[in-house]
Amino acid sequence: MQSQIPLYPEQASNFAPQVDTLVVFMMAVCLFFAVAICAAVIFFFFKYQRKHPDEIGVPIHGDLRLEITWIVLPFFLLLAMFGWGAVIYVDYRHTPTDTLDIYVIGKQWMWKLQQPDGRKEINELHVPVNRDVRLIMASEDVIHDFSVPAFRVKMDVVPGHYNTMWFRPTKVGKYHFFCSQYCGTNHAVMGGWVEVMEADEYAKWLSGTSGSGDPVSMGEKLYNELACNTCHLPDGKGRGPSYFGVYGSKVKLADGSTVTADDAYIRESILQPNAKIVAGYVPVMPSFQGLVTEDQILQLTAYIKSLKDQPPPGRPGATEPATGKK
Amino acid sequence: MSSAPITPSGGEKLPREHYLNATYGIRSWLLTTDHKRIALLYLISVTFFFFIGGIFASLIRIHLLTPGGYLVTPETYNKLFTMHGVAMIFFFLIPSIPAVLGNFLIPIMIGAKDLAFPKINLLSWYIYLVGGGFVLYSFATGGLDTGWTFYTPLSSIYSNSAVTPAVIGIFINGFSSILTGLNFIVTVHTMRAPGMTWMRLPLFVWAHYATSIIFILGTPVIAITLLLAGLERMFHLGFFNPAYGGDPILFQHMFWFYSHPAVYIMILPAMGVISEIIPTFARKPIFGYDFIAASSIGIAVIGFIVWAHHMFLTGQSTYSAVAFSFLTFLVAIPSAVKVFNWTSTLYKGSISFDTPMLYGLGFIGLFTIGGLTGLFLACLGLDIHLHDTYFVVAHFHYIMVGGAIMGYLGGIHFWWPKITGRLYPESLARIAAIVLFVGFNLTFFPQFILGFLGMPRRYHDYPPEYQVLNVMSTAGASILALGYLLPMVYLTWSMRYGKVAGKNPWPATGLEWTTDSPPLTENFHETPVVDWEVYDFEHRPELGLLGAVSKKPAPAHGDD
Amino acid sequence: MHRTGELFGQYRTLEQQKETASLGMWVFLVTEILFFGGVFLAYTINRHAFPTAFGIGGNMLDLNLGFANTIVLIASSFTMAMSVWSAQTSHKKLVPIFLILTLVLGSVFLGIKVVEYKQKFDHHLIPGHSFDISYCSKNPTACGLSGKALEDEKKEIEEGIQAEKGNPKDPDEGGLVALNAHAQLYFSLYFGMTGLHALHMIIGAGLLFWLILEARKGRFDANYNTPVDNIGLYWHFVDIVWIFLFPLLYLINRHLA
Repeated sequence: MQSQIPLYPEQASNFAPQVDTLVVFMMAVCLFFAVAICAAVIFFFFKYQRKHPDEIGVPIHGDLRLEITWIVLPFFLLLAMFGWGAVIYVDYRHTPTDTLDIYVIGKQWMWKLQQPDGRKEINELHVPVNRDVRLIMASEDVIHDFSVPAFRVKMDVVPGHYNTMWFRPTKVGKYHFFCSQYCGTNHAVMGGWVEVMEADEYAKWLSGTSGSGDPVSMGEKLYNELACNTCHLPDGKGRGPSYFGVYGSKVKLADGSTVTADDAYIRESILQPNAKIVAGYVPVMPSFQGLVTEDQILQLTAYIKSLKDQPPPGRPGATEPATGKK
Repeated sequence: MSSAPITPSGGEKLPREHYLNATYGIRSWLLTTDHKRIALLYLISVTFFFFIGGIFASLIRIHLLTPGGYLVTPETYNKLFTMHGVAMIFFFLIPSIPAVLGNFLIPIMIGAKDLAFPKINLLSWYIYLVGGGFVLYSFATGGLDTGWTFYTPLSSIYSNSAVTPAVIGIFINGFSSILTGLNFIVTVHTMRAPGMTWMRLPLFVWAHYATSIIFILGTPVIAITLLLAGLERMFHLGFFNPAYGGDPILFQHMFWFYSHPAVYIMILPAMGVISEIIPTFARKPIFGYDFIAASSIGIAVIGFIVWAHHMFLTGQSTYSAVAFSFLTFLVAIPSAVKVFNWTSTLYKGSISFDTPMLYGLGFIGLFTIGGLTGLFLACLGLDIHLHDTYFVVAHFHYIMVGGAIMGYLGGIHFWWPKITGRLYPESLARIAAIVLFVGFNLTFFPQFILGFLGMPRRYHDYPPEYQVLNVMSTAGASILALGYLLPMVYLTWSMRYGKVAGKNPWPATGLEWTTDSPPLTENFHETPVVDWEVYDFEHRPELGLLGAVSKKPAPAHGDD
Repeated sequence: MHRTGELFGQYRTLEQQKETASLGMWVFLVTEILFFGGVFLAYTINRHAFPTAFGIGGNMLDLNLGFANTIVLIASSFTMAMSVWSAQTSHKKLVPIFLILTLVLGSVFLGIKVVEYKQKFDHHLIPGHSFDISYCSKNPTACGLSGKALEDEKKEIEEGIQAEKGNPKDPDEGGLVALNAHAQLYFSLYFGMTGLHALHMIIGAGLLFWLILEARKGRFDANYNTPVDNIGLYWHFVDIVWIFLFPLLYLINRHLA
């Protein structure tokens, strides 16, 4: 139902058609009043234009019946709008009993999501279509908000509280989710994709047999999925050093020592990132302990190794990694 | 267009002695207790902060032309929207009409020589400057990136920007508001001239009375809230930080308890201005005076019990959300009553399209759209989707810019002859009003659609499918900016070269139009005695209008 | 500044001037109610959330000193009312005498507050790095605790720690850390509320000082006593705030030895 000119997002959840229908009702009522007022203003403006510079208008002070009418009638319209909206909201706040539960943690500036079997994702949420899904959400630091426009749902994620929200995806596809409560520097890029899959595809994905490829391309896929790319920019100007030309080279550390970037170094940097900080960068990388399997570490290492002959940023052909901006 | 514009009766010279030339020198201005001079001091300071907020807004819109957002870094962008909000809300919108037009006009409108407490009035201005100074210091030394809403624990723990001086500045500025509100309330109660009864008060005065109730009851709460947040930040206390057992939602409740009524502080005075302009340029009494007066008070009262509609998605109880949604819908009714009454005033009027009227009519249209979109947000089911998106941004800009600022500019134009003794250039002013109206709609209407499509607010970067609407919005903003710059230029020009206006160029019926333009320092040569009803064109032959019958002696009401 | 009740610029009559000044003070007091109301709200909500820690905190306050302060303030409101009465009945010489008594009593209040604050400082109860609610039970001699009082306090702290263990908001920490966090919240509010109140007392003292100087010149009588009236209003308001503070902070959940 997506029109050529996007005026509203896709309808991909049980709530979407309900919300959209209510919108149509409200738009109709509001458009009626807006047009009526504007038409009246414009009409009176032209019809009662001053014809003589000293002319005055007809002194009408008021009309009680009119006042009562335009208090009482709108009141009932407002009651209807309120009631309809309240019904949707009450439904939204009462989670059905048999839900697929997913735990969500928001932190500056990424989302960690955990499927019922323990499988973890970062900035991505896989869900099966036509199944009631409940998100149980907490924050590690400030207030965030998990919002999916195509589902017409969102909920604040508040530190010190557990907030839940539920929805039933009704259409297979990929939909944006955003952080919708200002949370600091990278609030605008703290989002990702909700992937709604057929039930059997979801089951296959959950058990990890979604097909394998060679380690380097798997590693590259992981490097994007795990959001490494948001900090480790190729030009070295992000929060973390670039991988280009790193493998096998000598890395200068913040404490002045140098170390060779071999497999062990890469593994340590993923699991205990604060153990060795590269010179010119600050210790902000979160640990991926428990978020990646040994298998996946090998794939990431393979990918980084494949970049070792790429020119490091700023100094084509040089063997030392360029120092990025802090 | 066959309606002839009003030919002002001016043409003579300015009065020999008036408040502007009564005394000379910088000290006579900086130590003045004349409410009119204080109003002009405020005019200069709020215009300064408007510029600051406007520059930030321009940078924001330019940055948002492209999804990558290459103009500024994310940190800088976050500071831009925060500082835009703080400067505009606390240092422009909230003081604008009350401190400039309210200060200037209220004593004259009720027939008094000055406000009840003139020295406290001056103190209010200095407190405003001190508060503004702290906030400017915050802007200059690292900026502020918490959002004007200062949600904790982002503002009290995690932000690395200059939060503390900003919070101190806003805290101090609050006392400026409180003292102004106190002054207005006492003035309206005790300083009315003989014959100026409550039901003869201009609706501008009613609007400011209602606004002052909000000033005195709401502002202390934001003061204490920011004080607690500031103490938390400085001394690592735990009121709002869950790590120490506090609750971030408590901050939101306390913050919005003031900040929601604050938006009514910003719109009620503008509504008061419109209630003066429409009868004047339709040359007939306002339709439904009692109802408009009562609705001002109604908005002020109900406005205090709807605050948690900003918090529908924080995880609050369903019962609470339903209650606040219902109350929020209720507050639409007095606003609608006003719009209907203003529109009805045009019926069988004798209407001219002078600049103040253009602003007034523009206000009715834009406030109606802004108010109606508020209903979308009050509606719980829709707020789930629209909360914290550009829909909200568009809604409040329609009210605050399309409503409040147009009311402010309309008022400035309407009373310009009284304040300066001179007329502004009418044709240029009309063009500017239209440019502003067009630019405004181009800027903010696309944002409703952006919001419904799901684009969250406070985003320095966005997915590429949102770009077209963002570009449209920025294009509109450039036209809007022109609409603001034009009046600044020609109003300044008119102070020296504008045609002399005379006492009552429009003519209008208020007491302020019976005195000189510009007025004497003590406003009236002798204390006026009021024996006519408000907005009465019929029984005022001295206005020189057709159809005016001889003055009917009105029953003496005395002071009540 | 008005001298002997002469008519000031913007007013038309003396009556209007007096009415205006009174209304101004009443409106100002309304704003103060809202101002204090905010902290009272924060206190109430937190008290409800952490009754154990707040109960322990309250028990650390010196009931004798708090009670003495209450008596002192009520007495000062009486002397203030007497000075207003003296002005209204033209007993010009009495006016400054009662005002001086009020100022003296107010100063006694502030002095007792200083003693209390110093005690908190010695007992490590100032919010910050060195805050420790269990300090006195661990260092009884430093706090002058002994015998049954010491036993009671130790028992209370132990119960508090047990109550805080397993608090879902602080699942990782031991009970004492959570107890300290919540008790610190109590003392932050204690110092915030009593500090704000003391600040208003100090301002009141300043106003009284000025008023005494004017009263000694014989300025106030039945014809003109607006400043005495209005400052009296302010003083009574500050007293009333204390009447609320005292039970909320000192008396709720009090365990008498």
